[in-house]
Amino acid sequence: MKQSLFESRHQPDWDAFNSQLEALERGKAEAQTCQSFAARYRQLCQHLALAQARGYSSHLIDQLQQLAMRGHQQFYRHRSHLGAQTIRFLFGGFPRLVRSEWRSVCVASLLFFGSLAVMGLLTYLYPELIFSLVSPDQVSEMERMYDPDARRLGRFSERGSGDDWVMFGFYIMNNIGIAFQTFASGLLLGLGSLFFLLFNGLMIGAVAGHLTRIGYGEPFWSFVIGHGAFELTAIALAGAAGFKLGWALLAPGRLPRGEALRLAAGKAIQLVAGVILFLLLAAFIEAFWSSTTFATPDIKYAVGAGLWALVLGYLLLAGRRQYAPD
Amino acid sequence: MYSRSSASLPLNQPPLDTRYQVETPEGIDLHLRPAGLVPRALAFAIDLAIRGLILMVMFIVLGLLGQFGMGLGTILLFLVTWWYMVLFEVFNQGRSPGKQMLGLRVVHDDGTPIGWAASLTRNLLRFVDILPFGYTLGIISCLNHPAFKRLGDIAAGTLVVYRDAPLSKPLLADAEPLPAPFPLSLDEQRAILGFAERGSQLSAARRAELAALLAEPLQVPAEQAEPRLNGIARGLLGSAP
Repeated sequence: MKQSLFESRHQPDWDAFNSQLEALERGKAEAQTCQSFAARYRQLCQHLALAQARGYSSHLIDQLQQLAMRGHQQFYRHRSHLGAQTIRFLFGGFPRLVRSEWRSVCVASLLFFGSLAVMGLLTYLYPELIFSLVSPDQVSEMERMYDPDARRLGRFSERGSGDDWVMFGFYIMNNIGIAFQTFASGLLLGLGSLFFLLFNGLMIGAVAGHLTRIGYGEPFWSFVIGHGAFELTAIALAGAAGFKLGWALLAPGRLPRGEALRLAAGKAIQLVAGVILFLLLAAFIEAFWSSTTFATPDIKYAVGAGLWALVLGYLLLAGRRQYAPD
Repeated sequence: MYSRSSASLPLNQPPLDTRYQVETPEGIDLHLRPAGLVPRALAFAIDLAIRGLILMVMFIVLGLLGQFGMGLGTILLFLVTWWYMVLFEVFNQGRSPGKQMLGLRVVHDDGTPIGWAASLTRNLLRFVDILPFGYTLGIISCLNHPAFKRLGDIAAGTLVVYRDAPLSKPLLADAEPLPAPFPLSLDEQRAILGFAERGSQLSAARRAELAALLAEPLQVPAEQAEPRLNGIARGLLGSAP
């Protein structure tokens, strides 16, 4: 068949497909007009293949190729049912993922909580050690923040309840920023995650040890225990996600490095999504519960212990039973 | 998913330019045109300026709201810093305002529109591309990769491509339709059609020069080669009924 005949015979189809595409691209397509979309798209692909096989001119082929490209974009759109997906992820997907990635999670947790505990103990035993990590100004600021005589606790302790919002914003910004850094720098062969995990672990440990030693333990521990359950776990998980990236580069196995990285990143980014949720919760607890003074430290310890049990139980047990997907 | 063959080229040979070919499930090849370092950097600069502007306006307005406004402001600062690109890419067909202005868009490696996971990955890993200063790692990776990907793109499996410009119908020179003097292969057929279609973009001297190359196989004097080629192209196209 000559090209002109082919063109004049099918031009109406292509025009119809084009207008359908325009409607879809503007998001204003009606359900009825879309019914013929798949059929038209396949027909167009067939026309393109025919045009190529018969050596028709570049102009026609380019034109059909553009239509096919736009059709491909609409046809294979990743439609995400965000609500349902999030719920399924929360009630099973995330803890299952954490368990399946237990190796990197264990390494990251050991590094983070291990350095935290060791540094805390050392600072408690050898007081001058804290000045090797934290500047004297920061130390005295810490001491002011957790002074048992202070009315409210935590960073910026001199504040009214209206400021809870300021702190909520600050905690989100600060903590998620740290988590994102810990994750992303894992791409540097895992070294960045290693650094951020150790750095944060050592810092927190040093401050905790120091404050406990000088007798500010009660305000400090009762302040941090509640949101710490979510915040510290989240940082360890962000580090685990970072290690996954680094490991894919170091030991890609049988895949090319780029492909191994792409696969690892798919898993890692899901971990990061869980980390974001954890940190939002932590920021909320920190701003509206940890900083209050109407609850006695005993109540805070009890609630804190409950939250730790909740987090560990969630990560270890949730989603063990498989439900059939709907 | 990623093959480099097409009807217009000899098999198993990469295209001469930087086009990136994707084979779809329908068995056809799509051509994507990856964007290089400079347009991407320009798009990013525009986005950076827009973000700065948003933040400035926001802090002036929220400053009037007192403490609550400050809290809201920090949350918004967080959103603008980490989510500006992601939200635009997911909801605006892979285009942040800067990319839109430069005619770029982000797609998955297989040419489908970008989704949440990939967009979040490539934009979080921006943090590594910036290292150690001024996007050094990103630039090195971009200049070395055949499809100009930065590290975030490699990990997320995404590609920054040019949007296709709409095509206009080429004007063919007037000529009497002629049959081809001997059977033509598909490539030769397309070359002759391409010559006729692009004639209006070339100078008369260049057209004559190109056509003269074929004077010998067509067995005509050099000055008649061009009308002869146009005639053959007309003959190949056929006339619409």
